Amino acid sequence: MTLTNPSREVVISIRGLRNQFGSQVVHENLDLDIYRGEIVGVVGGSGTGKSVLLRTIVGLNPPAAGSVTVLGDDVLDEEDTTRHNAEARWGVMFQDGALFSSLTVRENVEVPMRAVEGLDPEIRSALADLKISMVGLPYLAGDKYPSELSGGMRKRAGLARALALDPPILFLDEPTAGLDPIGAAEFDVLIRGLSRALDLTVFLVTHDLDTLHAVCDRIAVLADHRVLVSGTMRDMLAVDHPWVHEYFHGPRARAALDTKKSANRPTGS
Amino acid sequence: MNQHIVWRMDNVSPLRIEIASLGAKETVAVRGPLTLPYATELAERMGSLTADRPVCIDLSGVTRFDTSAAWVLMKLQHRITAADQDIEIIGAGDGPASLLKTVALAMPHPTDVVRTPLALVDRLAGLGEAVAGGIRFLLALIGYFGVFLSRLARSIRHPSEFRFTALVHHCEEVGFKAVPIVALMAFLIGVVLAFQGSAQLRQFGAEVFVVDLIAISILRELGILLTSIIVAGRSASAFTAAIGSMKMREEIDAMRSLGLDPAMILFVPRILALFIMLPILGLVANLMGLLGGGLMAWVELGISPAMFATRLVDGTDVSHVFVGMIKAPVFALIIGVVGCHAGMQVKSNAESLGQMTSASVVTAIFAVIVADALFSIFFAQIGV
Repeated sequence: MTLTNPSREVVISIRGLRNQFGSQVVHENLDLDIYRGEIVGVVGGSGTGKSVLLRTIVGLNPPAAGSVTVLGDDVLDEEDTTRHNAEARWGVMFQDGALFSSLTVRENVEVPMRAVEGLDPEIRSALADLKISMVGLPYLAGDKYPSELSGGMRKRAGLARALALDPPILFLDEPTAGLDPIGAAEFDVLIRGLSRALDLTVFLVTHDLDTLHAVCDRIAVLADHRVLVSGTMRDMLAVDHPWVHEYFHGPRARAALDTKKSANRPTGS
Repeated sequence: MNQHIVWRMDNVSPLRIEIASLGAKETVAVRGPLTLPYATELAERMGSLTADRPVCIDLSGVTRFDTSAAWVLMKLQHRITAADQDIEIIGAGDGPASLLKTVALAMPHPTDVVRTPLALVDRLAGLGEAVAGGIRFLLALIGYFGVFLSRLARSIRHPSEFRFTALVHHCEEVGFKAVPIVALMAFLIGVVLAFQGSAQLRQFGAEVFVVDLIAISILRELGILLTSIIVAGRSASAFTAAIGSMKMREEIDAMRSLGLDPAMILFVPRILALFIMLPILGLVANLMGLLGGGLMAWVELGISPAMFATRLVDGTDVSHVFVGMIKAPVFALIIGVVGCHAGMQVKSNAESLGQMTSASVVTAIFAVIVADALFSIFFAQIGV
């Protein structure tokens, strides 16, 4: 439940963030720290600004006030050099993949790599194939256009593009939204596996309780314009706030918890 | 591993690759960052290793290691083991070791796509395909026209289903709002005709015939043709974009599932609005064209407005106006049907929306010009 933990390296630090659209205040005095190597899931009711928070951290939405620091650099600093440097430090997977529809999947994954000087085009294309294979897509998917892929494959392709430069931080916006339960569970396993193999820090926005159970090390709850609490699933179950209680004790939450328990039992954990 | 990428600022590479042959074994010591900017260099150096003896790769001096480096090493491993030699990777920390394992599992296996060269038969088949596609497209357009007519007939029998508000809205969009551009275009065409005509006719001292030239060419052909082309550019694209984006967001399917008829709601008001407004726009264009021509004739040739009017009434048969105006509703139907049909062909991606929008404008303009040519032949045959 603590917001700060001095023993671990902070990679994203948000202080006093304020976001406002017209007279509607979305965030007010929001503080959040993300530590190296952890997978943080951000939850919250509709309209609490989960996606706005993600967009603010990656610099797509300038906040009204506050500071956002990623790997020691101020994201809101307008100086281009800092921004350019910072942009190679994270990958973002948007909700529906946000692939460029006029490019094939392979070309989509190559787009971020084109900025790297002195990279041989053949190696670039082969590395794109590797990334496509790492997210679990078949080799032939590389030649397809985004419109020829299913929703789940588009998400995977979007993930491959986000991972193109091996960023240390990965942002995921609703990674399992719109997937069937089997596809969603596969995606959870994929995120978990990749984040371990590539030593990623993952910031994900989700509604999916199963994802929270299966993937996240820590959960941050957005309510009342700020991060109400953050902590592990166990911490969440003890929180007294009405929305948080309803969310983590509702019928769907119990079902997700039961699946998790029964899934763990045969393995003896 | 996995620090952020350091962009290469200079040409001095911090990467050090030392290849030493110790006995029958080749030892490669790598020091420095093994990240994407150095992948090409690493791949080149590794490619220079001959696969005729065992290789040992020492990664203990590597400061950073990412998937590109793991990929290069895996490629090398495949090549060396394929030549029946041993390869050993030592000195990799926990991070690089697990990354190597992940990449080894994920190495893509290119599936060869067999490409057969195009034979004459294939080309012929392609040509036939294209012709059949063209015929299917024409049939589809006729089908849409039929749907429009049937819905129109239905709205006469059931007037309550007819969307009168939508019709008025589209009349404003395709007609009223197009008046300024159509008027300006026609005025300038009149000016140009008078100017060019007078320059030629003056050589014969037949300046006064410029009135006939302007009147016949504008009333019979140019007024309505150019108006149709402008409206095709404005409204066919607007129809396609509006219907296409509704198709893209499944609004059309939602309508169908709610028992609403997209043809009745979307096509009929749009096409009918064009049908009503295009003749009016054509009339505006005719008047403005005559005005522009008359003005230029007055300035350039000294043909007074009164003289212009007299000459116009005497020398130009009213049949020219009818020949021009009778084409307007036909062009309107062509533009409307093409626009609506293209909108319904939009798939669920943004790119097809753009493609269909530009295709609808090109098709509409082309079809209007073809129809105009057919009209010309027809009127020439019946001698009007």
